[in-house]
Amino acid sequence: MFRNQYDNDVTVWSPQGRLHQVEYAMEAVKQGSATVGLKSSTHAVLVALKRASSELAAHQKKIKPVDEHIAVSISGLTADARVLIRFMRTECRHEHFAHDQSLSLNKLMERVGMKMQVATQRYDKRPYGVGLLIAGYDEDGPHIYQTCPSANYYDCRAMAIGARSQSARTYLERHLEDFPNAAREELIRHALRALRDTLPNDMELTNKNCSIAVVGVGEKLSIYDDEDVSPYLEGLDQEERRGGTAAAREAPASTAPSAGEEGSAAPSPPPAAGDQGDSMDTD
Amino acid sequence: MMAGVSLTGVFTPNLWSGGPAPGQLYNFPATKTQNESRTHTMYPSTSGTSVVGLVYDGGVMVAADSLGSYGSLARFRNVKRLFRVTDKAVLACSGDIADYQFIREVIEQKVRDDEIHGYTPELNACALHCWLTRVLYNRRSRFDPLWLESVVAGYKGDTPFLGFVDKIGTAFEAKEVATGFGVHLAIPMIREAREKGNLTREAARKLLVDCLKVLYYRDCRAHFKYQLADITPEGVTIHDDLDLKQETSWEVASFVRGYD
Repeated sequence: MFRNQYDNDVTVWSPQGRLHQVEYAMEAVKQGSATVGLKSSTHAVLVALKRASSELAAHQKKIKPVDEHIAVSISGLTADARVLIRFMRTECRHEHFAHDQSLSLNKLMERVGMKMQVATQRYDKRPYGVGLLIAGYDEDGPHIYQTCPSANYYDCRAMAIGARSQSARTYLERHLEDFPNAAREELIRHALRALRDTLPNDMELTNKNCSIAVVGVGEKLSIYDDEDVSPYLEGLDQEERRGGTAAAREAPASTAPSAGEEGSAAPSPPPAAGDQGDSMDTD
Repeated sequence: MMAGVSLTGVFTPNLWSGGPAPGQLYNFPATKTQNESRTHTMYPSTSGTSVVGLVYDGGVMVAADSLGSYGSLARFRNVKRLFRVTDKAVLACSGDIADYQFIREVIEQKVRDDEIHGYTPELNACALHCWLTRVLYNRRSRFDPLWLESVVAGYKGDTPFLGFVDKIGTAFEAKEVATGFGVHLAIPMIREAREKGNLTREAARKLLVDCLKVLYYRDCRAHFKYQLADITPEGVTIHDDLDLKQETSWEVASFVRGYD
C-alpha cells in the first residue's frame, strides 16, 4: 500500500532529500553492542562490551589492533568491519614500507572515509553497516575518531556508539572537563563507567564481556582481555550508576538484542519522516 | 601419426598464400613484430659529479658544485643539484641531471599533496630516504634505472639524518656521506677531521669547502661554483652561487708530474 518507493537503491534520493539505504545502514550501528572511546592530553582509550552469540560460544572480539599505535572498536556488522580493518592495516603497513614511519591518524581517516564514501554513491554497492571508534596516538597526540556508514567521520574528544550508547554519551558529556588532565588509569576508569551506564541494571561488566585498549605518549598500543581486565574493573560494581541518578533514561531501549550476533536482529523500522534535519548522525 | 613425415610436402605453397607458413613464426603485415624491444637508460648524458655531506654538532651540511657535464664538456655551469624538500629535508643528487629533475618534480608534487591535505608531519629526511630507496630500487628492477646517486640530509624528529641512495637502490645512513669521487677524496678528509674532535658549524663548513677544493683540483668533472645547504632544527638554509675560485690556485699545476 504505502511501501517506501525510495529505499530500493542507495543512489536514489527521496523527495525529502534523504538516502534511505544509507540511513538504514546507520541503524545497523545501533544494533551492535556499545563501545566507548575517549582521550586525555596524553592517552587514548577504547572500551567495548562484548557479546557471546550463545551460551556455547566465546565472546566476540570487539577491539582490534591496526598498528602499534592504532586500535579500532566496532559496532555493527562485524564482517564489514573486518574489511575496513584489513584496509587500515594495509595502509599502515604500506606507510612503514614506503616511508619507514607510522601512519598518522588524519591520513588514515581520510583514506578510510574515501573508501566508505564510494559505497554510498554506487548502485552496485551498499554502505558499510558498521560504525567504528578509532583510537590512536601520533605526532599530533592522542586521537579518537568515529566513523559512520554514511562515510562521515568525526574527530572526537570522547564518543560512544552502539546499543544504548546514549547513556554513555551522557556520562561523557558530564565529565568532559575531567578528561584532558586525567591520568592513564583515571581515563580507563571514566571509560568503564561510561560503558557500564549502557548496561541494564541486572548486568555488570566482567572480565569476560569487556575489553580495553590503551595507547599514549611513550607507550605502544595494548589491548586487555579476560583476566587482564580484572584489575581495571576492581571496585567498579561498588560505584553508583548514572552518577547516582538511577533514572532509567533509556527504559524503552531494553529491546537490546539478547541473542544473535550484531545486526542479525529484526530489521529496524525506517527512520520516521519529518525527523530532524541532520539525520545522518548516529543518535 | 606417422613419425618423421615432413609437412612441407602436404601443404602446397598457394593453399594459404600470404598467411603464416606451417612451422614458422607468425608475421602479420603492417605490425612491428620484428622488433618490440625497448631501450632504457644505459648511461647518463648530462651529469653532475660529487656531492658531499656531513653531520656536525647541531645540524647537517651538504654541498655540491653546479656543473652539468656533457661527457668531458663542461656544458652547463649553473645547474642547481641541491634542493630544499621541506624544513626537515634536503635532497642533493649526482648522476644524470634529467633524472634528478624528474625525481625532484615528483617529490615536489608529493610535498604539495601533503600540504593541501593539511597533513601535519611534513616529509622528513628519513621518510624521504626510505621512499627514494623504494623508487630507485623499483626502477632498477624494471631495468630502467634513474641514474642517480643521491644524498638525503635533514632531520628525523630531533635527530640529524644523513643518508645515501644510488641508482640500484643501495641505501645507507652515515655521519658523512659522499657520491662520485667524493667517496674517495672527501670521506677520508671528513673522518680524519672528526677524529680530531667535535665539529662545530664553522669547522664543518670549512671542512666541506676544503673537500670541494680538493675535488675541484683532482676531479676533472668538478667546478668552482657550488651550493651549500645547512639544515638545523630551525630549518633549511641554502647558500647559492658560492665560489671556490678565490681560494684555489693552479700555480702548482706545472709541478705535477707523472700523469702525462
